[in-house]
Amino acid sequence: MMTNHGNRLTQGQFSYLPDLSDEQITLQIKYALKNGWAVNIEYTDDPHPRNTYWEMFGNPMFDLKDPAGILMEIKECRKTFPNHYIRVTAFDSTHGWEAPRMSYIVNRPEKEPGFRLTREERGGRTQGYTIQSYASDRPEGERY
Amino acid sequence: MGETDIQAEKPDLTAPGDDAPVDLDAEFQDSHIQEILDKLDRELVGLKPVKTRIREIAALLLIDRLRRKFELVSETPTLHMCFTGNPGTGKTTVAMRMGEILKRLGYVREGHLVTVTRDDLVGQYIGHTAPKTKEVIKKAMGGVLFIDEAYYLYKPENERDYGAESIEILLQVMENNRDDLVVILAGYKDKMDRFFQSNPGMRSRVAHHIDFPDYSPGELMDIGELMLEEQKYQFSKAGAEAFREYISLRVTLEHFANARSIRNALDRARLRQANRLFAKRGSPLKKADLMTIESEDIRASRVFVEGRLDAKLNEAPEQP
Ligand SMILES: Nc1ncnc2c1ncn2[C@@H]1O[C@H](COP(=O)(O)OP(=O)(O)OP(=O)(O)O)[C@@H](O)[C@H]1O
Ligand SMILES: [Mg+2]
Repeated sequence: MMTNHGNRLTQGQFSYLPDLSDEQITLQIKYALKNGWAVNIEYTDDPHPRNTYWEMFGNPMFDLKDPAGILMEIKECRKTFPNHYIRVTAFDSTHGWEAPRMSYIVNRPEKEPGFRLTREERGGRTQGYTIQSYASDRPEGERY
Repeated sequence: MGETDIQAEKPDLTAPGDDAPVDLDAEFQDSHIQEILDKLDRELVGLKPVKTRIREIAALLLIDRLRRKFELVSETPTLHMCFTGNPGTGKTTVAMRMGEILKRLGYVREGHLVTVTRDDLVGQYIGHTAPKTKEVIKKAMGGVLFIDEAYYLYKPENERDYGAESIEILLQVMENNRDDLVVILAGYKDKMDRFFQSNPGMRSRVAHHIDFPDYSPGELMDIGELMLEEQKYQFSKAGAEAFREYISLRVTLEHFANARSIRNALDRARLRQANRLFAKRGSPLKKADLMTIESEDIRASRVFVEGRLDAKLNEAPEQP
């Protein structure tokens, strides 16, 4: 983590950039809507990179024409979970894709303590590695 | 959205001075609003008070736009509306046009119309209504939310009705998201008046109350001819005469739904015309025959024969 100043979680698009402003988020949503992708809002307080299934905030939003409604939900989600990670995903349902096409973080906890690296000695002088978020020592909902 | 907002925030070095001439004409040309108003005039018969009000709203928004160029900041005008009138007087049709007009004037971003009734907004159990209403609102953002028969949202006889919750959310959005969507409520006049009486919050958020008058027999005839023309049909001379008579009889019968009754009558006339032509098969047929509605296609209606409505299509109240 020495190379990641401030221990900022870097998952999904734009995560090496400064946090997106609401205006920039709006433009990204616009792009997704233009492509006909359904936009979802998801949150979690378990930042482990293998935790791919975050909780959904409300239902996926199909058939929207304008980003304003989604931004409204993002703000609602931030109000409910001010210290969780919140991300926006855009799902492409066209045959052959059926997968998320975009995913980016739109809210993060104020303090991100980062990850502990644990080394494990194994037989035959092999070494196992694993990481664990310092935050996830505490129970769900009390982590940040 | 973004661009204009940014400009409004930082001091605009190019803002014209106090004495700079105001080119209202150029702005008007630019918006292409005249095209839409003309189209409205052409494609919708009558509706004088409605067209006048639309013209007024267009003028307001245009001036608002000009004022902003001079940095004369005022609140975005409230454009939520209420359309009252009997069935088939063109409320839905005008609402659709409204979206287009508001888009041209830069007041809504997309200009689409989302039409809903109580069932789309109000849920069946606790906790069902809010997400349902919000989902509809999100879909309508950037355009126009059209709530037909809005008074069914409010059921005074049942104080635990979930409709009140939906109204509450709508009120909030109508106040806080004026830049994001325009709400149009529609319904019959007397019921709508009662609805507003019990929901003063709603009343105060609706800036424009527009009443759609019933059409005169002459206007109904014009509407009929317009509808035929759009579908590449025409009346023969006797056919037109028969339809004029049909209208004068039809308006006195029950379930009369203005322009919609005209549309339905013409649909049935087309059916009879097709049958008439089919029965004569073998004899030579010209393009004009395929296009023409004859007197007998009209006069076979029960409105003439028995003085009552045609069966089947009219057993249920007329649907859109
Ligand atoms: N002034 C008009 N000129 C031409 N066609 C019209 C006019 N008014 C209505 N129509 C036609 O009549 C039909 C019914 O109109 P519309 O659906 O807008 O009525 P409405 O007022 O919404 O009725 P309801 O209250 O039953 O929903 C439509 O097919 C529309 O195209
Ligand atoms: Mg209607």
